[in-house]
Amino acid sequence: MTPGGWPLGRWRSRTAAAAVLAALAGLPLVAPTYYLHLLTLTFCYGIMAMSLDLLVGYTGLSSLGHAAYFGVAGYTAGVLATRYAIGFWPALTLALAAAVIVAALFGLLAIRATGPYFLIITLALGQIIWGLAYRWVSMTGGDNGLRGIPRPLLGPGLHLAEIRPFYYFALIVTALAAGAMSLLTLSPFGLTLRGVRESESRMRALGYNVWLHKYLAFVIAGAFSGLGGALYAYYNGFVSPADVSLVASANALLMVVLGGSGTLWGSMVGAALLVFLQNLISGITQRWLTILGAILVLSVLYAPQGIVGAARALAARAAPRPESRRAPVPTAEPHP
Amino acid sequence: MGISFYVQQGLNGLSFAALLFLLASGLTLIFGLMRIVNIAQGSYYLLGAYVGLSVMHWTHSFLLAILAAGAAVAAIGALMQRWFLARFHQQALPQFLLTMGFAFIFSDQALLLWGGDPQSVPVPPALAGTFVLGSVYFPTYRLFVIAIGLVVYAGLWVLQERTRVGAMVRAAVDDAEMARGLGIDVGKVMTGVFTLGAFLAAAGGVMGAAFLSIYPGADFDVLPLAFVVVIVGGLGSLRGALVGSLLVGLLDNFGKALFPELSYFTLFAPMAFILALRPQGLFGRA
Repeated sequence: MTPGGWPLGRWRSRTAAAAVLAALAGLPLVAPTYYLHLLTLTFCYGIMAMSLDLLVGYTGLSSLGHAAYFGVAGYTAGVLATRYAIGFWPALTLALAAAVIVAALFGLLAIRATGPYFLIITLALGQIIWGLAYRWVSMTGGDNGLRGIPRPLLGPGLHLAEIRPFYYFALIVTALAAGAMSLLTLSPFGLTLRGVRESESRMRALGYNVWLHKYLAFVIAGAFSGLGGALYAYYNGFVSPADVSLVASANALLMVVLGGSGTLWGSMVGAALLVFLQNLISGITQRWLTILGAILVLSVLYAPQGIVGAARALAARAAPRPESRRAPVPTAEPHP
Repeated sequence: MGISFYVQQGLNGLSFAALLFLLASGLTLIFGLMRIVNIAQGSYYLLGAYVGLSVMHWTHSFLLAILAAGAAVAAIGALMQRWFLARFHQQALPQFLLTMGFAFIFSDQALLLWGGDPQSVPVPPALAGTFVLGSVYFPTYRLFVIAIGLVVYAGLWVLQERTRVGAMVRAAVDDAEMARGLGIDVGKVMTGVFTLGAFLAAAGGVMGAAFLSIYPGADFDVLPLAFVVVIVGGLGSLRGALVGSLLVGLLDNFGKALFPELSYFTLFAPMAFILALRPQGLFGRA
């Protein structure tokens, strides 16, 4: 036990999080703006990926329509800012509300399904949003997307027109969102979600309302995905149907899996990896989609636990913990 | 908008439904047997169309184009299933991610090989005419596609319900362990069904390219519609795939014609409605 009374692991991860935050806060002093641009994009996608990890890694629900809530919030913020000249805070609030409403509706239809059924149903529901973005031309601009979303004015004198202020704002929002989601996973609610992931029937037998827990997780994940989407819309100044497409949802899922599902910050690592790879490789070759596909296939074959999982396995091999501190692992081999 | 508008749109919808059935029947059989959400089914459609286009270009034979495209893509499907998917039996997420990865690769390589412009497979001269019914002019080719859709349904139904192979497939769907115990090579059955699904999607691609044209992104355009078909019809059900195809084909066509701005909504809203009332789909098992 450590001074705060926290278990050692949690203490260590808090120190690590603080160190990473400090490094990211100091970065604008030395890094070129191009990297700040990529990091800001990473923050937007990272919030979405972490929120998806709440579902995939903690609740055991693999959603393939998570870009829908990102897009709903992005489009809502964009439409309010460009068409109705509504200020940043009210537009952000309404954008989040829109994401929550859509997630609440879709959740009603999707939560009953499990496993591959859930995948397909979330995919189809996500396509509704894509269809609206693509076809509802008078509202969304259709294929051309929604252009000219202004950088936000947070308050008197706080205009985020330049990249550095926006970077800091995005960093703060991301840190708060990550902190909130991390607290959620450690709360009794989060522990119940893990129980649901491991065995729904057992949790039901223990008297938990499994449906309600899954539904709440779904809506909360949708809300955070929306936060990432609104941030993205204001940063990018442009949203298009591509941001809510099947490929965008698959990208989010890939970030989670690549980073290591069930680790939350692994999703951030996955987001960073994909954003940086895509932008750096696009300068060399046009074949990004082939490379993305190959990464997917190879990661399933050789790194099923993701980067964080692989790193943990390496660390465990390098410094095995003393036997006495390791809890006995119950083994229940399934019948072959 | 008189009666001829509805007849015309109805026939267009039916021909699109026939095409969707070729895709969705493979999807639903693969899902029913292996629980694989095969994202690459759209790629099989796309690759089939492009291979068919090239074969048509070289040989000028529509039949040869369909068979060659079907065979080439079926081989790709068989390899994917044998070498990759079979290793992750009953693991939904890894299997899904693998098919997604392959779908990205196929999509990008097709763009590299066949270029970015929309192209069409020429309609064979024997089917190029129009069929006149009162005041409605309807391309013969579309009637041909509708007929093929019905023939394929009948063929699949007979295969599944009336043959020894079909009985083996049904046994493997119901209880793979028990089927294996009875001496059925379930691995081979799975590869066979996967290959058949790829063949049908590729054949659909060639036929679709003749009236819808083929372009980069067609794979991810047609895939969600095929998924809606199997969700509405019930996963694993052949009859569900037929009814779902008819519903989606007609809804999509009338939706686009009557409410262009909300056309996807007119398609997905009924799906959500059916899902709310019958989560297992119209013909799915509870």
